[in-house]
Amino acid sequence: MTDLTALTIAEARDRLIAKDVSASELTEAYIKAIDAANETLNTYVAVTPEKARDMAKASDARIAKGEAGALEGIPLGIKDLFATEGVHTQACSHILDKFKPRYESTVTANLWADGAVMLGKLNMDEFAMGSSNETSYYGPVKNPWRRKGSNMDLVPGGSSGGSAAAVAAHLCAGATATDTGGSIRQPAALTGTVGIKPTYGRCSRWGTVAFASSLDQAGPIARDVRDAAIMLKSMASVDPKDTTSVDRTVPDYEASVGRSVKGLRIGVPREYRVDGMPEEIEALWQQGIAWLKDAGAEIVDVSLPHTRYALPAYYIVAPAEASSNLARYDGVRYGLRMPGRDVIDMYEQTRATGFGREVKRRIMIGTYVLSAGYYDAYYLRAQKVRTLIKRDFENVYADGIDALLTPATPSAAFGIADEDMASDPVKMYLNDIFTVTVNMAGLPGIAVPAGLSAEGTPLGLQLIGRPFDEETLFATASVIEKAAGRYTPAKWW
Amino acid sequence: MSIVDTRTPDPKKLIAGATGDWEIVIGMEVHAQVLSEAKLFSGASTEFGGAPNDHVSLVDAAMPGMLPVINEECVRQAVRTGLGLKAEINKRSIFDRKNYFYPDLPQGYQISQFKSPIVGEGKVVVAVGPDSKGEFEDIEVGIERLHLEQDAGKSMHDQHPTMSYVDLNRSGVALMEIVSKPDMRSADEARAYLTKLRTILRYLGTCDGNMDEGSLRADVNVSVRRPGGEFGTRCEIKNVNSIRFVGQAIESEARRQIAVIEDGGTIDQETRLFDPVKGETRAMRSKEEAHDYRYFPDPDLLPLEFDQAYIDALLEHLPELPDDKRARLIRDSGLSPYDASILVSDKAIADYFEAVAAGRDAKQAANWVINDLLGALNKSGKSIEETPVSADQLGAILDLIRDGTISGKIAKDLFEIVWIEGGDPASIVELRGMKQVTDTGAIEKAVDDIIAANPDKVEQAKAKPTLAGWFVGQVMRAMGGKANPQAVNDLVKQKLGLE
Repeated sequence: MTDLTALTIAEARDRLIAKDVSASELTEAYIKAIDAANETLNTYVAVTPEKARDMAKASDARIAKGEAGALEGIPLGIKDLFATEGVHTQACSHILDKFKPRYESTVTANLWADGAVMLGKLNMDEFAMGSSNETSYYGPVKNPWRRKGSNMDLVPGGSSGGSAAAVAAHLCAGATATDTGGSIRQPAALTGTVGIKPTYGRCSRWGTVAFASSLDQAGPIARDVRDAAIMLKSMASVDPKDTTSVDRTVPDYEASVGRSVKGLRIGVPREYRVDGMPEEIEALWQQGIAWLKDAGAEIVDVSLPHTRYALPAYYIVAPAEASSNLARYDGVRYGLRMPGRDVIDMYEQTRATGFGREVKRRIMIGTYVLSAGYYDAYYLRAQKVRTLIKRDFENVYADGIDALLTPATPSAAFGIADEDMASDPVKMYLNDIFTVTVNMAGLPGIAVPAGLSAEGTPLGLQLIGRPFDEETLFATASVIEKAAGRYTPAKWW
Repeated sequence: MSIVDTRTPDPKKLIAGATGDWEIVIGMEVHAQVLSEAKLFSGASTEFGGAPNDHVSLVDAAMPGMLPVINEECVRQAVRTGLGLKAEINKRSIFDRKNYFYPDLPQGYQISQFKSPIVGEGKVVVAVGPDSKGEFEDIEVGIERLHLEQDAGKSMHDQHPTMSYVDLNRSGVALMEIVSKPDMRSADEARAYLTKLRTILRYLGTCDGNMDEGSLRADVNVSVRRPGGEFGTRCEIKNVNSIRFVGQAIESEARRQIAVIEDGGTIDQETRLFDPVKGETRAMRSKEEAHDYRYFPDPDLLPLEFDQAYIDALLEHLPELPDDKRARLIRDSGLSPYDASILVSDKAIADYFEAVAAGRDAKQAANWVINDLLGALNKSGKSIEETPVSADQLGAILDLIRDGTISGKIAKDLFEIVWIEGGDPASIVELRGMKQVTDTGAIEKAVDDIIAANPDKVEQAKAKPTLAGWFVGQVMRAMGGKANPQAVNDLVKQKLGLE
């Protein structure tokens, strides 16, 4: 019998419906794989085998009755940022010590309504702040990929490092993730998986622990483009509990996978050719251009003149919102509480103990940029930059461009505890250079594997779409996927 | 914001100091709890009371991942209030976060409106008085803005020897902060403004105005200056919770500031608290310690937008407001401005009066409501809501006067009986034989008896006709007050030959 965990969501779905395999069998296979791998890869911070078995059993009953949902019996991993009722939900922070919500996030509730099975909660950077999954209170996640001939542990990217690594290592059929500045696309690129950040407002943010409210957006990380399309269809919805969610019909994304890109106008923004970009990234980009040309798309050089201001503006807006969003973690009502002489001391002890270094850094940056006397110079200016970045995209789209093609990351996966990154947070922040513009403009963006680096680790390309035109991204990404092939790490764990 | 001085110094309102006269300048920020079933951004109940933390949703407790959703009823109420204050309604307003840490502020920020409030400038006409001559002075107090914001919860420090408890029932309840311009110049004016504001809110039904339940709280800004001179440095007196205390707080704070300045000192801009027991204010925190609230637009909420049609529809269904009602009572019902002012000052009184006056003589109804009903309520310390005599009962008493069943004097007795015992006035009159005697035969006999018994008075009355009144009184007394006074009067004059 083939390894059931090797099946994509689409393949598993077909075999489940054909009653070729049961949801319970599929779930057991994953539980077994997680048991064997988790100590090494550290992808899950909480595994819920009993819940998974119960859900799988219920799925089998529904399949038997012919009432299967779109994700019936599909075992998924859930990023620790999503509230899951009665289950560990800590955003991988110590400050949410032992927190188990009484409620279920809208995104996960949508998945369960479609029959999906929860395997557990996935590791991530603390409060989704990080690009390497090293800021997690539960320790770093190991990338299932290794460099050729090396045993060095690599990061899976972040903040959805657990999601990306678990998908790449076949420890779940697909995973939920979130993306505030690149947290879906960067880890997807670094693990050879597909990750899409949909348009802001496409998925409800209700029940997802907030990092930066105006930028946060949920999306899937999956093994291939089709699986990502299947998952997003289930995750997306308008939600009366999130007034920033948008009331638009969710299309059948899967139908756009494999759709022709003939005649599409694909923009290549010249500003994404950044200084010091490795040659292999440039080569990968050119390869992507060639594939799309071959498929009949028209390639157009375009300009997004304010791109260079995106990263600095992002690192003002996101920490500003975060500094306020994280104020609720004060030790009063839930999570960690450290004793103090008085209430102020209790706050200080609790927050000093509960938050990690990177989270503290961002709270301090955010507090600073919102302070009296600095607000205009930083926050207000960053918001203006944001408007200009948005306008850049609007202008390009108004000129008839259907989607943009860029590299997903400036490099392949780097080592855990990389000294360069550790000594200079800005170096770490530069990982988001190609992805933050998309969040600033609220647009959809997908990362799709396009090749391997000289060292044999995955590299990805990014496609950026018009608002709510995820379908064009799935169609175009599937062209690249078809040309580049799929990438699976050799099992060493 | 530049402050415009809208007032001319009035010598009557100045305070005499050791070095000359001083003028008080007062502005007010009133927090009015919006009358609505649910909180501003959650579905939890706003009901007063209940066990601690009974009315708390996941949003109110700021659980991770919770998001605010605006309660449209609160928006409607804010717009209606703005219309009642004759204010500019902003079709686009923005919710901001005001960031600070406090255990009863679960989110670590209050959602408020900072730069773009829902309501802009408006005005309130306030009748100050009456003075010793019974006259009112109309002043105009400008409204700077009205914005919506969340209330905080409550810390309870008396529940545990070493810990404080937190009750989040009020957390997230919608408040309207109504900011006046610094247009008031005396404690009387400030009291009158707050009273008027409360009346308007109650007419509109947008706030119950109950200060003892905390539904209405005032922060009072006070400064002093030489009459008509440059504005002085102001101090803010926080959370004054009765109209009487507002007056006391202003008087004591103004005297404190005058004393400081006259001693050669300067006033520090600071926040102060009023201690009603000592009758004085004390410093709470100074400007140096003031929070940096780091306001910024709440990214969880889209700008609040509506169109003119929305405003027009609310305007159309706005109830009659006190100023309009007062004008109508003077114009259509012929009431004196004084009576009209008293009747409209409280919506419940106005409603009561209008029920009594419906289909009856408005002036007579006004007299009874003001003199008899309000007099009795005042004497017994009852509010209009607790009146033992309903509008229907008082109306029935007036009907008995009009159809001649009882005299005005008997009516007063009847009112007292209804006040104490309740019951249907007509039945009481019937059962207790209080009906007025209009039978001229009986009256004539009584008049004849009195004239016969007092020949000396008859002689005197012939010289001094006003003495007829003495005879009338004697006859009334002899008949137990039940005689028709007009009939007695006529017969007395006739028999004495005074016609």
